[in-house]
Amino acid sequence: MTRISVTVDGTKYEDEVEPRLLLVHYLRDRLGLTGTPVGCDTSNCGACTVDLDGVTAKSCSVLAVQADGSEVTTVQGLAVNGEWHPLQKAFHERHALQCGYCTPGMIMAARDLLRENPAPSADDVRHALEGNLCRCTGYQNIVRAVLDAAGSTEPSAQEVAP
Amino acid sequence: MIPPAFEYTRPTSVEDAVRTLAERGEDAKVLAGGQSLLPLLRMRLAFPELVVDVGRIPGLRGVREEGDALVIGALTSHHDVIADPLVRRHAGLLAAAAATVADPAIRHRGTLGGSLAHADPGGDLPAVALALDAELVAAGPGGRRSVPAREFFVDFLQTALRPDELLVEVRIPKTGDHDGWGFHYEKYSRVAQAWAMVGVAALVRREDGHIAEARIGLTNMGSTPLRAFAAEEALAGVGPDGVARAAQSAAEGTRPASDPAASAEYRAQLARVLTRRSVLAAAGMG
Ligand SMILES: Cc1cc2nc3c(=O)[nH]c(=O)nc-3n(C[C@H](O)[C@H](O)[C@H](O)COP(=O)(O)OP(=O)(O)OC[C@H]3O[C@@H](n4cnc5c(N)ncnc54)[C@H](O)[C@@H]3O)c2cc1C
Ligand code: FES
Ligand code: FES
Repeated sequence: MTRISVTVDGTKYEDEVEPRLLLVHYLRDRLGLTGTPVGCDTSNCGACTVDLDGVTAKSCSVLAVQADGSEVTTVQGLAVNGEWHPLQKAFHERHALQCGYCTPGMIMAARDLLRENPAPSADDVRHALEGNLCRCTGYQNIVRAVLDAAGSTEPSAQEVAP
Repeated sequence: MIPPAFEYTRPTSVEDAVRTLAERGEDAKVLAGGQSLLPLLRMRLAFPELVVDVGRIPGLRGVREEGDALVIGALTSHHDVIADPLVRRHAGLLAAAAATVADPAIRHRGTLGGSLAHADPGGDLPAVALALDAELVAAGPGGRRSVPAREFFVDFLQTALRPDELLVEVRIPKTGDHDGWGFHYEKYSRVAQAWAMVGVAALVRREDGHIAEARIGLTNMGSTPLRAFAAEEALAGVGPDGVARAAQSAAEGTRPASDPAASAEYRAQLARVLTRRSVLAAAGMG
């Protein structure tokens, strides 16, 4: 067992963990933060995306021991005093989810994009979400939601076309 | 899946790491960004007894200039390589290819050193290291040694690194725009985020509207990354009209795999077509 200290969504935790424990399992099974799902075994799907020390990481591809001393933000840490994050609102309003499995990862990846590029084009959004798979929506409304949250003006039909 | 159990250690210096690797030999596995190793552990394709996490060793991240070379720390992430102004100026080919690797989250954690040490012939950066004539610096119990990229990639997932050696930095001779160099990385895959079916790294020096010198690195055309030497020779001295013909020899000496994604013949055809495109783009002749 290895001792780690991690801050997750603003709360500091100290724990003994097995080195093989994945960060995503630590979040879900130890801390009960089940807002971050696991969707694959191959690091492809992005459902498990969190913010690790200021940039996105796929939490299924990080060991909990590697996060020792780090700060993690999950989708559950985005709302402030019950007020949804602009991306959460936009996903709701734009109907950017169906089953919702990919949504936490999509929102975390989109948040990372908007920090680096506050006024992305539809194309920028698509590239930024390359590592996040959605099996339901066909992506159109996800792109619309991210553009909305960025405060972009209404994208033209052409802009969101594939 | 849940990875197999292993011991874990996080050395704080290169010397520490190398000492541990020397003690534990084949039982130990280096962990850098983990973006290749963790999927392997999760799929239970690797069973190290000890994981040596070098991720926090100071001094192995970042880019500096040393005369005619750029020196990039092995732990520098793909993301930081892409954003670095020195890399963009003096080794643009590397930045361009790194931008095609995986996706933003993986590029935040995956490292240049990890990509090269992993030596996946389908990885984008090994072929680029070959085209750039990079030197890979390994630290071992007896000190440091420098291995030319041409000698580094030995076989599928196998490098010249010994089990007790750590890759610490990558030295790249500068190939800037101001010296007439142009570059392009042409990656062919079927879906948005995917490994290359074939990729072609082209580095071209122009003189008076002609190609004076070309260096071509091939991704996924054999069990290691390869240089397309025959095409390089054929390209020397040609103008825009001669590129297509010279590119016809791009697959010479290669042994691409046949797999469900593509047959060997198709890969050879891709190598020829992508070499033409990549060279034309690199030479600004496209
Ligand atoms: C979904 C997905 C898509 C990907 N797509 C691409 C792609 O399109 N193109 C591409 O090129 N790559 C791709 N990759 C791989 C990615 O580039 C990895 O970042 C890279 O291969 C490994 O770097 P790392 O630092 O994460 O290494 P790790 O996973 O930590 O290590 C990989 C191997 O190298 C060894 N190693 C690492 N660092 C050192 C060192 N300094 N000295 C000695 N040995 C070392 C380790 O022991 C291990 O065997 C993809 C990965 C995933 C999960
Ligand atoms: S669960 Fe992490 S990428 Fe799929
Ligand atoms: S909404 Fe179902 S996977 Fe995206």
